[in-house]
Amino acid sequence: MEKERQNKKPILEVHHVSIWFTRYDQGIRRSSLPVIRDLSLTVEPGEVVAVVGASGSGKSLLAHGILGILPYNSHMEGEILYGGEPLTKERAEKLRGNGLALIPQGVTYLDPLMKVGAQLTRGRKDEKTKERCRQVLEKYGLGPETADLYPFELSGGMARRVLIASAVMDEPRLIIADEPTPGLDARAAGRILGHFRELAETGAGMLFITHDLELALTIADRVVVFYAGETIEEARAEDFQDEGRLRHPFTRALFRAMPSHGFAPIRGSQPYPGTVSSGCPFAGQCEAGRKECGEADRIPVQRVRGGLVRCLYPEKEETV
Amino acid sequence: MTERHWNRRAGTLLFLVLAILVLAGITAAGIFLEEEAAVTDFSRTNLAPGAEFWFGTDWMGRDMFARTIAGLSLSIRIGLLTAAVSAAAALVLGTMAATLGRRADSAISWCIDLVMGIPHILLVMLISIACGRGFAGVVAGVSLSHWPSLARVIRGEVLQLKNAPYILVEEKLGVSKLQVACRHMLPHLFPQFLTGLILLFPHAILHEASVTFLGFGLSSEQPAIGVILSESMQYLTTGRWWLALFPGLSLVLVVVLFALLGERARYLLDPASAHE
Amino acid sequence: MTLEARDVTFYYRGKKKSPVLDHFSLYINSGERVGLKAPSGRGKTTLCRLLAGYERPVKGEILLDGKPLGAYRGACPVQMVWQHPETVVDPLLRLGTTLSEAGDVEERLREALHIEEGWMDRFPSELSGGELQRFCLARALHPGVRFLLCDEISAMLDLVTQAQIWQFLLEETKRRSLGLLVVSHDDSLLDQVCTRIVELPFPSWRIF
Repeated sequence: MEKERQNKKPILEVHHVSIWFTRYDQGIRRSSLPVIRDLSLTVEPGEVVAVVGASGSGKSLLAHGILGILPYNSHMEGEILYGGEPLTKERAEKLRGNGLALIPQGVTYLDPLMKVGAQLTRGRKDEKTKERCRQVLEKYGLGPETADLYPFELSGGMARRVLIASAVMDEPRLIIADEPTPGLDARAAGRILGHFRELAETGAGMLFITHDLELALTIADRVVVFYAGETIEEARAEDFQDEGRLRHPFTRALFRAMPSHGFAPIRGSQPYPGTVSSGCPFAGQCEAGRKECGEADRIPVQRVRGGLVRCLYPEKEETV
Repeated sequence: MTERHWNRRAGTLLFLVLAILVLAGITAAGIFLEEEAAVTDFSRTNLAPGAEFWFGTDWMGRDMFARTIAGLSLSIRIGLLTAAVSAAAALVLGTMAATLGRRADSAISWCIDLVMGIPHILLVMLISIACGRGFAGVVAGVSLSHWPSLARVIRGEVLQLKNAPYILVEEKLGVSKLQVACRHMLPHLFPQFLTGLILLFPHAILHEASVTFLGFGLSSEQPAIGVILSESMQYLTTGRWWLALFPGLSLVLVVVLFALLGERARYLLDPASAHE
Repeated sequence: MTLEARDVTFYYRGKKKSPVLDHFSLYINSGERVGLKAPSGRGKTTLCRLLAGYERPVKGEILLDGKPLGAYRGACPVQMVWQHPETVVDPLLRLGTTLSEAGDVEERLREALHIEEGWMDRFPSELSGGELQRFCLARALHPGVRFLLCDEISAMLDLVTQAQIWQFLLEETKRRSLGLLVVSHDDSLLDQVCTRIVELPFPSWRIF
């Protein structure tokens, strides 16, 4: 299994991407705020990669950056490859729907004036598409009569399933899910995540963006941890079974803060992305922090025990 | 990272300042030129536009340039007055509709629909005639017919603000109603109100001119653009094209300038474009 | 002290046939931390809004020590903390102004919540979600508060901030013997912080 995965070419490669916001402070002075800094990740076929970060840490912008729908006052640097080729804004537009699909946060992304069926088929009326539409609906436990409903007639859970159905309609190779389960109770969220896992089993790559580490761990193969706009660790989901296998002090703090693992907080708070200009953004909260951490110009990413970590002094392995 | 280079906001601000200077200049110049605009001199009647009289002269030898500027100035002043009255009415009525309960809301909303349902020009004419035409008639007519659209906007805005979580929380924390209104509601209302107010000017000016042109507005001894245009109509066929062309054109320019002003102000104040 | 919902029925205008709450009763004593559990869409947030006085029940009463909530003047002794802190602070005001309006916050609270002096000159859009939520907690915990209603207050935050906030709240409620209503979809969180867990009933109109 592990070997097979290594042979596959990644569908999505993100290399050193930074996203900046431009805004006016006072009067006509304009400044740029880096919301995402130096982000790299890859998604392979059949793999679920979770990006976990607190709200406001810039992770939704990542999805928007990949799809080429960033807000007007932002710009992106770095490289995004889809299937080995650069993903430009035009290419993303062409791929959207077939090849590249987004499962958005809210049910407001459905067109309120269009029946579900029409939204799924996107206007195509041939028999094949209709048949596929029925199949997809059925797969998510929605009867064929759902196609004739308007979005306001759907319950919250149904609407979310329609969003998923709409995303997988054309069998995309890459699915980006941006906080697909907020406000859902554990059972409903679990069902939706089960669908995601199934999608990955059929060979699609999945980028799962969420703030909920515990939820992400239930389906992800790899987890990328965000802190103040930077990726600080990329670890396999198994690494989270044991604190000793984690590499970054913040990831360990996350582990200890889980209600089931001691519920222990650490001091301080995650800064707003871009407000820390030099050194490690975590330096203010880090217990193992040294003088260099705050002074270093750039903290490089190192490979440690098969994962990636952005720390000058990554945690040693220990058996707990 | 801060840049101090030329950017879009600086450009927009420069445009706003220039536009306001031009409009203020016209208004001031018009007041000084009012006497000159009334001077008749039968030795220079019907001159085509030239170096001495840029806009030519009319059948009584009046300098058309002076008349045009004086007319524009009067239009702008009437526009300012009526737009201010309209906007004030809109603010009061819109806020009342949103805060005084369902009955007041339906009463005021009914009035809004009623006024909006009647064609503006007709309403302006009727009110103007009822008020005895002239300056008072025009001001009453224009200001009583232009408030509904802005009132509706303000009503919606206040309704939304009233239920905004941060307003609810402030009230729950014991902050007085007055303080909530002044500190939290007005600043949010202001951008909408300001752009609405500026965009009222072009409407007000055009309606004043049309009503005057039709003979239901300002009296003919006043140097209004509407008066100039309607008088010039009878000379158009005799080849004196300048009598109507320049005053008409400058009226259009002033209106466009006001519209652009509102457009740009909105561009600066609207968060969806403020940081471009 | 006791905060009580007595036989409360509530529906939104025009939805009489599908009430969110149907003859529902609940009490919270001072010093108690009551967890509220229910699937999404069952009216947990609505119950919080009712208890905090943002909505009025159609039938039944909300009582604080036997007196209706509306009888208390000034800052309300029942405060709600919202899921999305960025919606409950005026986006156009600096945080210092917002905080001073609600009365000054004790130095002790500021320290316990790690609220930095530098935040006061900033606008809400310049703070992270965790920072803002702690700010909102400090504001809600004014000296007169007796009951705190926490509506998924840590659902959007990272685990470290969640643990921070809850450790602080546990200490603070013990110290001031506050009553707490905790709404969360996370069962392990409820088990950690609550003294008692209540489930919202399945509304009767849905059974047919």
